[in-house]
Amino acid sequence: MSVTFEPVIGRYMHLDLFGRPHRIYVEEAGSGTPLLCLHTAGSDGRQYRALMNDARVTARHRVIAFDMPWHGKSSPPPGWHNEEYQLTSAQYTTMILEIMTALELDRPIAIGCSIGGRIALHLALEYPERFRAIIGLQAGAHVDPYYDLNFLHRPDVHGGEVGAAIVSGLVGPDAPDAERWETLWHYMQGGPGVFKGDLYFYKLDGDIRGRVAQIDTRKCPLFLLSGEYDYSCTPEETLAVANSIPGCEVTIMKGLGHFPMSENPAEFLPHLLPVLEKIGSR
Amino acid sequence: MIETLKARVNADEALVRRGRFLTTTFLIEVGLTAWLIQIFEGRVVSVTAGPFVMPSSSFALRAAEEEWQKFWLSRPPPGSNDLMALIKRRVLKAEGNLQIFMANLRYFKEALAKLRQAGAGA
Repeated sequence: MSVTFEPVIGRYMHLDLFGRPHRIYVEEAGSGTPLLCLHTAGSDGRQYRALMNDARVTARHRVIAFDMPWHGKSSPPPGWHNEEYQLTSAQYTTMILEIMTALELDRPIAIGCSIGGRIALHLALEYPERFRAIIGLQAGAHVDPYYDLNFLHRPDVHGGEVGAAIVSGLVGPDAPDAERWETLWHYMQGGPGVFKGDLYFYKLDGDIRGRVAQIDTRKCPLFLLSGEYDYSCTPEETLAVANSIPGCEVTIMKGLGHFPMSENPAEFLPHLLPVLEKIGSR
Repeated sequence: MIETLKARVNADEALVRRGRFLTTTFLIEVGLTAWLIQIFEGRVVSVTAGPFVMPSSSFALRAAEEEWQKFWLSRPPPGSNDLMALIKRRVLKAEGNLQIFMANLRYFKEALAKLRQAGAGA
């Protein structure tokens, strides 16, 4: 029997965040310019598995994805069992910068999707000098709640089942079944209240509408790519952000949804590779 | 067309199995036309057309006929491809005891998507 191994290496990093010890899972593949990958709300770094397995990306990039605390194989900090998890813009920003420092990443490219795309806008605004370029996937400045978030965390609704069912329609219609259901499985595995806690940032705390036009793309190039079938962050919302920022480059990806790198890598990579090429040639 | 829901749902063993803890009656309104759909342990028992004098249901899903028609296309356009997309655009009203709807959200999405021409999943 022959087996194959992916070129992806995972490690656990011990890091103090917000004055508390954290055990954070980090995986990476490739070498070259660091490409720091930020996953969506309620999911984890496995969303970037295709980038880590594509030689067109890893030949020139060190692709790194960490699971945020509470997500994937990262633990919540000690004492979590009596807390309500709520992600804020300040915590999210600090976490990313601390992890970059711990990994000694020199001006990485950041790529983030959904909440990762939103925080990418915050980073582009507040810390442009720390990044070579920023790529926002499904990035909008704000999303109004469109369902009662309490359904994500209550004992008479299964959190994993409802989380996946809420986002299932955000996957584009052409996604291969294997990738679609892999993407949804990550949601089904989320811890209680974690997806809801992430959405506190996405729908309440992380509203950047009033400031997004101040992003200076001369300090840090900004690329936005959004899937046509995303009704959480719609193409119109991404275009509104892009049109308010001079120098921002935007692509609307036909047939793709809210999880382009995970739901349909074969269709997504032809959009991403020219962006990486452009950043590399600067 | 909604009458075919019973046969289409019940023919999908995996869908019925996932709904095995679901027993309820819900109301669906397609424009001015109302239907009561009764489910017993994941199987659609009856689909009854209105008008009703005093319909009893756990929850109701109400949208204009043209919105449902777009949802039921074999390849719905963006914004019409999912019940949550319709809710996000405020064109589908979900009212009543939504715990039943949300606890079985995958079931209801896939059951109603059975009315698409190709019978594809949501």
